[in-house]
Amino acid sequence: MQEAIAVSDTVRFTVNGEPRCWQGEPMARLLDVLRYELGLTGTKEGCGEGECGACTVLLDGEPVCACLVPMLQCEGRAVQTIEGLGGADRLEPVQRAFVEAGGVQCGACTPGLVLTAWALLQREPRPDRARMREALAGNLCRCTGYERILRALEHTIAARQGGGAPAAGTGEATP
Amino acid sequence: MSRAFRPRSLQEAVALLGDPELGAVPVAGCTDLMVLDHAMRRSHRAVVDLLGLAELRGIRWAEGGGSAGGPVVEIGAASTFSAIRADPLVRMHLPILAEAAATIGAWQIQNRATIGGNLANASPAADSAPVLLALDAELVLVGPAGERVVPYRSFHLGYRKTLLAPGELIARIRVPVPVPGTRQRFHKVGTRQAQAISKVVLAMCCRREPDGLLRGVRFGVGSVAPVPRRLRGAEQACEGRPAGAATAERAAAAAAAEVHPIDDVRSTAAYRREVLARLVRRMVLELAADAG
Repeated sequence: MQEAIAVSDTVRFTVNGEPRCWQGEPMARLLDVLRYELGLTGTKEGCGEGECGACTVLLDGEPVCACLVPMLQCEGRAVQTIEGLGGADRLEPVQRAFVEAGGVQCGACTPGLVLTAWALLQREPRPDRARMREALAGNLCRCTGYERILRALEHTIAARQGGGAPAAGTGEATP
Repeated sequence: MSRAFRPRSLQEAVALLGDPELGAVPVAGCTDLMVLDHAMRRSHRAVVDLLGLAELRGIRWAEGGGSAGGPVVEIGAASTFSAIRADPLVRMHLPILAEAAATIGAWQIQNRATIGGNLANASPAADSAPVLLALDAELVLVGPAGERVVPYRSFHLGYRKTLLAPGELIARIRVPVPVPGTRQRFHKVGTRQAQAISKVVLAMCCRREPDGLLRGVRFGVGSVAPVPRRLRGAEQACEGRPAGAATAERAAAAAAAEVHPIDDVRSTAAYRREVLARLVRRMVLELAADAG
């Protein structure tokens, strides 16, 4: 009976829409596979214990810490990393808003923050600041003080509603 | 290399975990396990993945489902805290459980961490624990010897020690639905509002009878003893008494006297004792204030 349900060492999943067939230690961290085997280094390692959110990726659309996901549990699932969201030539609106609002400084937290923010705005079109703070609470940033990150989200929402009018800027006055 | 198993039923999972030759550990959300695995460079001979088991998922209403005979909300042990905090039954009948779920880690952790894992991991600071003590929950355990139901208040035997037998799992958590008018309170004190491990975490349930007296008072507390525990002294100080300053003072003093906090990396024993007393006092005073 045991052999019948033993998992082979092969994990079939998708990364940014591309089917992958991976073989290795079933308890390997998704984070290490993404960075060191697939070369997707946009996903950062911060604390390695689920505290900082730098390694946030979307697992079936839900933000998770890739440092805490074993490959065993990726079978049949869809992983999205920052590389799958948009590159320099085709930024998502929320990415552009991070740039324009000054929500990026050293950049270590940025991929995780952008993915969490994007996932939030996918689910809730108009979160208020309290809701944004709650949703982003698992993504630590030691540079920006968060204010410009929150503004980037507000700009994204405003641009969507105003037919794409770019409301982003680095001015200190909060709209 | 670890051998990994993805059982198709709870029965298969129990058979695998009960096999001493295999030496398998159960895994669910992995939010505690993976931290230690990595920090200690530790590996497992075999793991049994519980996340995919439908029998451990879902939150439902069950009439007469508890030992006391009343209705219960039955929560599959592999329910994530995201599922729990969003669940309409939990939000309506067990608001302090929804509140606690929303304070456990942040979004990323809540998407993965399970309530069964939170209990089985048996940290004295587990935030769902005080709530389940205050709500007097029961656990349905499944193991090689079959199924048994135990009151959650008897689950923790000592620091990180539970009454789970080898190969035994938490399958479901049964929470008696509080009678209408039951007051529920939850308060967590950490270094920040989100993503913090508690310095003190307190939950309370009680009724305020038409005569103004408090009945059915239960306090559950975390991070002030080797295990999550009830505050029997504080409960006795409130039971059958009017909500008010005198009762609040007695309950606060009783709570401070009956816990055994320690100094550690997150806080000090003295701070925890003082904060606990203040939280107990405040909760009792709030009962007096919101007289219905």
